[in-house]
Amino acid sequence: MTRYTTATDADREAMLAAVGVGSIRDLLAEQIPAALLRDEPLDLPEGLSEQEAYVHLRDLASANVSAEDEVTFLGAGMYDHYVPALVDMLLGRSEFLTPYTPYQPEVSQGGLQVMFEYQTAISELTALPVSNASVYEGPSAVGAAAYLAKLHNGRERIVVSAGLHPHTLQTLRTLAVGYGSEIVEVPLRDGATDPDAWAAAIDERTSAVIVQQPNFLGAVEDVAPLAAAAKERAGDKVVVVGAYDPIPLGIIAPPGDVGVDVAVGEGQTLGNRLDFGGPSFGFFAARDAFIRRMPGRIAGETRDVDGRRGWVLTLQTREQHIRREKATSNICTSQALNALAGVAYLGWLGRDGLPELAELLVQRTQYALRTLTAIDGVELLHDRPVVREFALRLPGVDVPALVEYVQDRGTNPGLPLVRTHPDEHADGLLVAITEQRTKEQIDRLAELVAEGLQAQRTTTGGDDADRKAGA
Amino acid sequence: MSATVDTAIDGGALIPAAGGADPRPLAAPTTSVNPIQRDHATTIFEKSVEGRRAFVAPPSGVPEVDLDDAIPAGLRRGTPARLPQVTEGELVRHYVRISRRNFDLDTGFYPLGSCTMKHNPRLHERVTALPGHARLHPFQAPERAQGALELMWGMERQLSEVSGLPHVCLQPSAGSHGELAGVLLARAYHESRGETRTKVLTPDTAHGTNPATVTMAGLEVVKVATNADGGVDLDDLRAKADDDTALLMLTNPNTLGIFDPNIEEITAIVHGVGGVLYYDGANLNAIMGITRPGDMGFDIVHFNLHKSFTQPHGGGGPGSGPIAVSDRIAPFLPLPVIRRLNGGSATDTGDPTRNRPPVRFALVEDADALPDGAPGSRSIGKLRGFQGNYGCFVRSYSYITSLGASGLRDASEIAVLNANYLLAKLHELGVSEHLPLAFGTRCMHEFVLSGGPMKRDLGLKTLDLAKRLLDHGFHPPTVYFPLLVDEALLVEPVETETKETLDAFALVIAEILREGAEDPTIAQNAPYTTPVRRLDEAGAAKRPVIRQPLD
Amino acid sequence: MAEASYPEDLQYHSAHDWARIDGDTAVFGITWYAQNALGEVVFFDPPEVGSTVTKDESYAELESVKAVSDVIAPLSGEVLEVNAALTDDGDGPEAVNDDPYGDGWLVKVRLSDPSEVDALLDRDAYVASLED
Repeated sequence: MTRYTTATDADREAMLAAVGVGSIRDLLAEQIPAALLRDEPLDLPEGLSEQEAYVHLRDLASANVSAEDEVTFLGAGMYDHYVPALVDMLLGRSEFLTPYTPYQPEVSQGGLQVMFEYQTAISELTALPVSNASVYEGPSAVGAAAYLAKLHNGRERIVVSAGLHPHTLQTLRTLAVGYGSEIVEVPLRDGATDPDAWAAAIDERTSAVIVQQPNFLGAVEDVAPLAAAAKERAGDKVVVVGAYDPIPLGIIAPPGDVGVDVAVGEGQTLGNRLDFGGPSFGFFAARDAFIRRMPGRIAGETRDVDGRRGWVLTLQTREQHIRREKATSNICTSQALNALAGVAYLGWLGRDGLPELAELLVQRTQYALRTLTAIDGVELLHDRPVVREFALRLPGVDVPALVEYVQDRGTNPGLPLVRTHPDEHADGLLVAITEQRTKEQIDRLAELVAEGLQAQRTTTGGDDADRKAGA
Repeated sequence: MSATVDTAIDGGALIPAAGGADPRPLAAPTTSVNPIQRDHATTIFEKSVEGRRAFVAPPSGVPEVDLDDAIPAGLRRGTPARLPQVTEGELVRHYVRISRRNFDLDTGFYPLGSCTMKHNPRLHERVTALPGHARLHPFQAPERAQGALELMWGMERQLSEVSGLPHVCLQPSAGSHGELAGVLLARAYHESRGETRTKVLTPDTAHGTNPATVTMAGLEVVKVATNADGGVDLDDLRAKADDDTALLMLTNPNTLGIFDPNIEEITAIVHGVGGVLYYDGANLNAIMGITRPGDMGFDIVHFNLHKSFTQPHGGGGPGSGPIAVSDRIAPFLPLPVIRRLNGGSATDTGDPTRNRPPVRFALVEDADALPDGAPGSRSIGKLRGFQGNYGCFVRSYSYITSLGASGLRDASEIAVLNANYLLAKLHELGVSEHLPLAFGTRCMHEFVLSGGPMKRDLGLKTLDLAKRLLDHGFHPPTVYFPLLVDEALLVEPVETETKETLDAFALVIAEILREGAEDPTIAQNAPYTTPVRRLDEAGAAKRPVIRQPLD
Repeated sequence: MAEASYPEDLQYHSAHDWARIDGDTAVFGITWYAQNALGEVVFFDPPEVGSTVTKDESYAELESVKAVSDVIAPLSGEVLEVNAALTDDGDGPEAVNDDPYGDGWLVKVRLSDPSEVDALLDRDAYVASLED
């Protein structure tokens, strides 16, 4: 008996007698072929008491350098935003933490209402009328949007901006094999999607066009003309997909206002932890025309037999458990708990708070950008508008070594772009600002970067200067 | 024995809980409930009042620029999103109040078949919340995320041992995502051998995700019939398996709770035609430490961490769906791959003064950096961002580490014992007259009753029984699945429930049938004691209202 | 429509569809039996006007809350008109349940092979098939 199983020796005896078998092994042997029924134990260590397990998991946690241990300017898809205390409290409540998907609506009104409110918040954020109750996360949400487009128009070419998060691009490439689709990548020009190459890549075979806002390098894209070009070149049937970062939507034109048909994105920044990449949630919103092509769960309002307002899972005929091989998606798990964090967080920010937060990020980002580029040897990778993330070039610098130098001193300066774009941006650094990064921390970052550059120059000497001169 | 089971609905306490050998008679249907639950439902948006707020931004603290200079007006938002304007107090009260309109596992028995609603140990919430896990950035340099990589590597070893397959990828976000990974892997495997195989065999008892996944992966579903014993019809399988068969997707025990006695022959038939064998791990809770999919002959297994390994269901997610694979499938695994360096000894000793632990694990994103034939060396690519749902890994790793080898087996054994005991108890109470076991005489960790006779003899549908169970404080079993059983009721009692709870549940089922024989209208109009009663689902689907109108 | 009914003036298909034939055009719908089996219809997904329908093959979908049903064409031809009143832009699909032979009609088709009519069932043959 372990601490989670219930049967005492007396229980076992009584239960086996009721079942009419001599032992649990006999019960198993009646059903499992002898050759497959194991008697030897699994090759795993024996279990641990709760306190021993805690110590082990704590030791593993201590072997990580988290945003608690260093001042981090890492972003690139997930960001160290502040999570308000009320989110922790709500997510810890048994009533939200431990139920299953609301299959019995009479006893699931709490969860269903949260979904409905979440859908409303996402609809407001994106200025699109239809939202589902969430999907797994950002990149796979883009994959789901491409599948929606394929079901909608039956076409097999997906045109994507090179400004997509590299994980999104890689995910799309994986899924496109299954969809039987071809991916056409449009390059960036000066940090944003090249509008000429974009238009040239689109034709009447194009199923979906996909742009990220802001893009992976932090640039705010001018989405409206990109969307218009897609409709002009590929007709009304093409699906314009935008992969949005939700916090910048406090200040950036929402997808519904700029011609986007389906807006998706990573929801981590809305009240969710970093958690080394998950769980978080993906949001998925669309125009009315796609309501019956949406993947995932959707809550809808209705009445009970006594006329009371209530909510149910609705439009279920889209889903895998009914339509099976013809379903709009295979998704059955949404990210209900993470979406609850999202709607609670958006309620906490409120109508005024979201734009205030976004403006704060713009101001601090502008400051960081100016402060860092004032350092000799640091320049902007592009000078497009940015909200809370920007890309730097450090020509001739060993960026990973610089990052190590700065990180050794307690500040994580951001993502060396050599990790994601080794050919194009080996000297790039992607720096993210959240409201948790203060002026003092930004100043300290600049100081460390300057110091680190100086240290590299001292070590590499004239070699570095030569390279710079040659560039 | 006079143990009782708490009523499920917080504060409801309407119909006395059944318990022990002397079930108390049911109260007459009543609608007197706790005022909180029957609150007129208003959304947070309807509580919004101009001027209220919970968030106060910190001062920027930096010299400010004109917004127009930073972002041109043409790219900016015209009107703000109409989010609620409420205080923190209102937010807390709103969500706490509506939370009380949920039934949850911590409050009551939740025998939802194929969902494995086992207790969620609270240790897991505590350790997951440690900042070293919760605030670890997914792009942190792998040298400074060694604890996370060690945990993931350790969990890969654990899942490998449980499944009997050598290689594991933790990345997929849920069971359905793991299935998609599996089908794409099988496809890549065949293509690497110059074969284009299009058919995926799935039993007609399969979860709906199986066929939906197959279509998304660009392959075609071929259904295989179920035989009279509830297993795969071998003749039908032989007839349909051929050199166009890409894979067979099977759940074993299947969704009827039956361990297929012909499993070795099934895997031999599919291997014989060169097909890949995919094991849907939805029902893994029946077999941990008892038997292994790898030993049965499967190539690919997906795990549902939210079923077998205690990741809380969260009201519908998050989940996590790692996969384990055989040697022949391993080269195609998704990236990144975690590699242990130098057999686990540190490649450098770290430097505490530099905030750096010893480096023993690497995260490899690039297939070309892997030796040919190694896991991920011919990868299908990524299925999502980053490394997967790490927060779920922490919980499930904590669970497996806590239980160890014998604990896992104990969990599965008691899950099977509980299911068979509940079945026996229902039989003893005469329930099987109206709700017979659909197939066979025994079960693994779950079983399917057919409500056909109940509907015919008493005029009660399975749905009515389910709704009446709500009045007794029990969450109903899964209803109307699997599809091939008339009026199906799929019951999974799990190992963390006590004998007393199972006894009480059985008595309530018997009592509802007795009540139905006297007056079927009571169940037909149930529930009575829940925050709302039966809802108009057709109305919701005809004219969908899926967001709060704001004007 | 609470009571089963099968009008004499229609031709029936064994997949529970009817056709009301008028020269070289016909109106299609589903029978009382079909709507009763499906339950409350919540959505009608019609074919496009101008598209071709083929006898014995699906040309539209009807949805209830928890089921999707393919609607089988009793005859082949080209879709001239769909019953827009049943769609989201109209009154909704209630008429499929309430008046399956009247306001609940689904499409009007120009027949491409009127000889196909010979293979359809008359009322008595269809009703007999239901009793099997």
